[in-house]
Amino acid sequence: MTLARSSDIVFARETAMKAMAKIGASAVKRTKFVTAVSEIARNAIIYGGGGAISFRIEGVAPTIRVVAECKDGGPGIADMDLALKDGYTTGSGLGLGLSGARRLVDRFNIVSSSKTGTTVTLESYAR
Amino acid sequence: MNDQTISFATIIQEDFEQILSAWLRNQAIEGVKRTDLVSPRETEAQSRELLAALSRALKTAGIGDDFNFSNPAWDPVREALEQITDSRTQRGVSPTEMFWFIASIKQGIFERLKNTVPDNSNHLIDEVWNATRLINQLALYAIDTFVQKREAIIERQQSEMTEVSAPVVKVWDRIVTVPLLGTLDSFRAQTVMENLLEAIVQREAQVAIIDITGVATVDTMVAQHLLKTAAAVRLMGADCVICGISPKIAQTIVHLGVDLPNVTTRADLQSGLAYAYERIGLRVVAMKD
Ligand SMILES: Nc1ncnc2c1ncn2[C@@H]1O[C@H](COP(=O)(O)OP(=O)(O)OP(=O)(O)O)[C@@H](O)[C@H]1O
Ligand SMILES: [Mg+2]
Repeated sequence: MTLARSSDIVFARETAMKAMAKIGASAVKRTKFVTAVSEIARNAIIYGGGGAISFRIEGVAPTIRVVAECKDGGPGIADMDLALKDGYTTGSGLGLGLSGARRLVDRFNIVSSSKTGTTVTLESYAR
Repeated sequence: MNDQTISFATIIQEDFEQILSAWLRNQAIEGVKRTDLVSPRETEAQSRELLAALSRALKTAGIGDDFNFSNPAWDPVREALEQITDSRTQRGVSPTEMFWFIASIKQGIFERLKNTVPDNSNHLIDEVWNATRLINQLALYAIDTFVQKREAIIERQQSEMTEVSAPVVKVWDRIVTVPLLGTLDSFRAQTVMENLLEAIVQREAQVAIIDITGVATVDTMVAQHLLKTAAAVRLMGADCVICGISPKIAQTIVHLGVDLPNVTTRADLQSGLAYAYERIGLRVVAMKD
């Protein structure tokens, strides 16, 4: 689904919530994953100039999980270590989106370059 | 008439009435006339108006390589399209039907071209292409109009929601509360803050309770808005307590790494109220019998 405006973040969160419900995730797991999706989707819109996010379910119990892949065509992140630091922001945020999202999920992957933009993958188990 | 001078533009201008009646016939054949929603007379008037605008625009506007639908020469056509789309879709005509409604102009024009331009002529193909390009553009514009109108309605509903979902309520002398519901985007957060600060002044409140029980997600943006609002409340000399933080939200906030220094928080509204009473020097006690 497309990420272009802030209402798209709401839709992305709802979709993430449905996917987590589908794998029978606990309330805490759901909230954590949805929050991480919210952060990454907002970054894609604010810093990546918009993009797209997709959700899929992988594996079987007990390792069944929701995977979110968020891609943007923005300028990329020049200094990844810095961007992943708590409190670092080039905007007016708290600078906790990336680092916080990483702590909220079971697997976090980020690939970024000035040519390809930024792609963040988030994974969460049911428990 | 030399076949090079016969174009779909001249056909629309010279065979106006035939093209119009062919179009109206095709609307019925394609099942997009919707006489149940729009009277045949109205449909005819709309079709006539659009075709007339088209015919006039074709006198000056280019449709060859220089075709550009955003050119001012097409203004009257776009206007007519907007009006027709608006009027029809408001009565329940679907976007698909709207698309075919416009696209069904083609057949009459093609028929006419076929009968006037000799077979196997490149010119015929060129004209068919020009007509197709223009009419597809018209049909797409109708869809765009429809989508834009929908978006405008959604946006309006959103702002109405903002108004109703951030009511500041006086719960006791010098205590106000604002229950937050749904999504706290930047615009809503701003409204909440303004309403709350205003109420503090008006009601001479000493404690403001922000109840986030109804907020599904507290991400860094929501957290930042809450921090700002709490800071503003304190600047006004009042106390701020944020309540309704469920266990799952609490855990999420901790993992996010958001600190809430100097912000009083309580698990639920009852504890928030208890805190507020205490601040203004009141105590709730059981009645003795
Ligand atoms: N998709 C992206 N494309 C380009 N730069 C990005 C992207 N995502 C993050 N960044 C950069 O990394 C910085 C840190 O991002 P992070 O989400 O942690 O903080 P923030 O968005 O600035 O604030 P917060 O998320 O706390 O509101 C951003 O300020 C921005 O410079
Ligand atoms: Mg961020």
